[in-house]
Amino acid sequence: MRDVAVIGVGCTQFSEHWYTSFRNLFVEAGTLALEDAGVTGGEVDALYVGNMSAGRFVEQEHIGALIADYAGLATNHIPSTRVEAACASGGLAFRQAVIAVASGMEDVVVAAGVEKMTDVGTGVGVDTLAGAADREWEGFAGATFPGLYAMIANDYMHRYALTREQLAQVAVKNHENGAKNPIAQFRQQITIDTVLNSPMVADPLRLFDCSPITDGAAAVVVVPLERAREFTDTPVRVLASVQASDTIALHDRRDISTLDATVAAGRRALRQARLEHRDIDMLEVHDCFTIAEICAIEDLGFCAKGEAGRLTEEGVTALAGDLPVNTSGGLKACGHPVGATGIKQIYEIVTQIRGEAGKRQVDAEVGLAHNVGGTGATVVVHILGGC
Amino acid sequence: MSVSRFWRKIPQRYNLIGTQCTTCGRYFYPPRSLCPDCRRSGTIVEHQFRGEGTIVTYTVIRTASDLFEHTTPYVLAIVRLDEGPNLTAQVVCRPEEARIGMRVKSVFRRIAADGESGVIHYGTKFVPAE
Repeated sequence: MRDVAVIGVGCTQFSEHWYTSFRNLFVEAGTLALEDAGVTGGEVDALYVGNMSAGRFVEQEHIGALIADYAGLATNHIPSTRVEAACASGGLAFRQAVIAVASGMEDVVVAAGVEKMTDVGTGVGVDTLAGAADREWEGFAGATFPGLYAMIANDYMHRYALTREQLAQVAVKNHENGAKNPIAQFRQQITIDTVLNSPMVADPLRLFDCSPITDGAAAVVVVPLERAREFTDTPVRVLASVQASDTIALHDRRDISTLDATVAAGRRALRQARLEHRDIDMLEVHDCFTIAEICAIEDLGFCAKGEAGRLTEEGVTALAGDLPVNTSGGLKACGHPVGATGIKQIYEIVTQIRGEAGKRQVDAEVGLAHNVGGTGATVVVHILGGC
Repeated sequence: MSVSRFWRKIPQRYNLIGTQCTTCGRYFYPPRSLCPDCRRSGTIVEHQFRGEGTIVTYTVIRTASDLFEHTTPYVLAIVRLDEGPNLTAQVVCRPEEARIGMRVKSVFRRIAADGESGVIHYGTKFVPAE
């Protein structure tokens, strides 16, 4: 297996893109990534694109071919592959690109993620996202995606000392970070009262506990580490690439408020990277809901179960804290175009390691990305480090 | 959900019929045709559950998909059946009544309707049993 490095990253504004189509979102992100990498389209050997549900959101399948075409690469006849694992589709696309390069099969590979979610109304959007869980045995009963995470939150709060204010602080912190991120969907700061006074979606989760509906795309370029300096002076090395599965339905989990796939992927990733928790300087975790960030920090092993709320309250996970979490603003404030999120996490960590994160810059040499599909049925963890 | 997809599981949804692996004894609801523990060495038979259980966790859904929007707010729970397996179902009670650990029993109820002229989905909900 060859070592792999990221040599370029690009990301569109995360937003409601009324005037931009699905394909043009991808083209914009891909162009930015290639320019950043100093790579021409003709040098690209393969494309992987993470996308959850273009079929429902824009009634378009065959996404691999579509993006290769509009990226101007169809007539080069390179392989272009869509990968899907609900909200973990982006992380999965990155992992496929890493595997393709590590194996020696390809040299210059683009991993992208794209989702166009605002072309349908809220009802269809909610229903489409519910397809990340078990349609026949959760969705049939009336389960929504926020509803499933709300059941995680209720189980968690019943068993551990997490206050409603600590949960709200996750959103407050992520909005603080998002306000410093030019690509973030929400760039305004909020207070704990903003969260606590927002409408209830599924008890105990309120509107400001939930990540938004977002359009956006992100792309990165990976090459063998030994070739990285041909393209850039600031390559970022992929130290670990891990994917884990669990039961599709929340009700079948060993423990409702522990994502066992996160536990497994986190452990394997640290082993693969030959690192310990104290070596990790920053995390981009999958905060689709505030409770999800609490669970992620704990299930990745950065603190014991029941302690992440207190750490958040004490500022440990803030930009100036010992373990900054979601410097991008996370899914909550940066936005969550589901297929693109996993790639945006890589974009953020690479930007931080290169020291190009501007007002939200933290001191980071090694970062960990944690991308979740569904309520934890797929988890992808990557560790990246400077070289 | 399409008519055929719903129709296929009518006995399971109406009468809480799941499966059991007679090799290891484990019960499954929702039904499984392969035991995840014994896999190919397991033997699967149908099993009708008694319908009594306990709320493991719950929520009150305030914003739903189009199919359920007119029934909000409703209580959605993970119920542990006394035989062992967990399932996701609605609990017919006031939002403030629901609590973790509450004993519940199954009832046959209308779940949703696929528009005014579409199929009506019936199935299992739970009511408090205390």
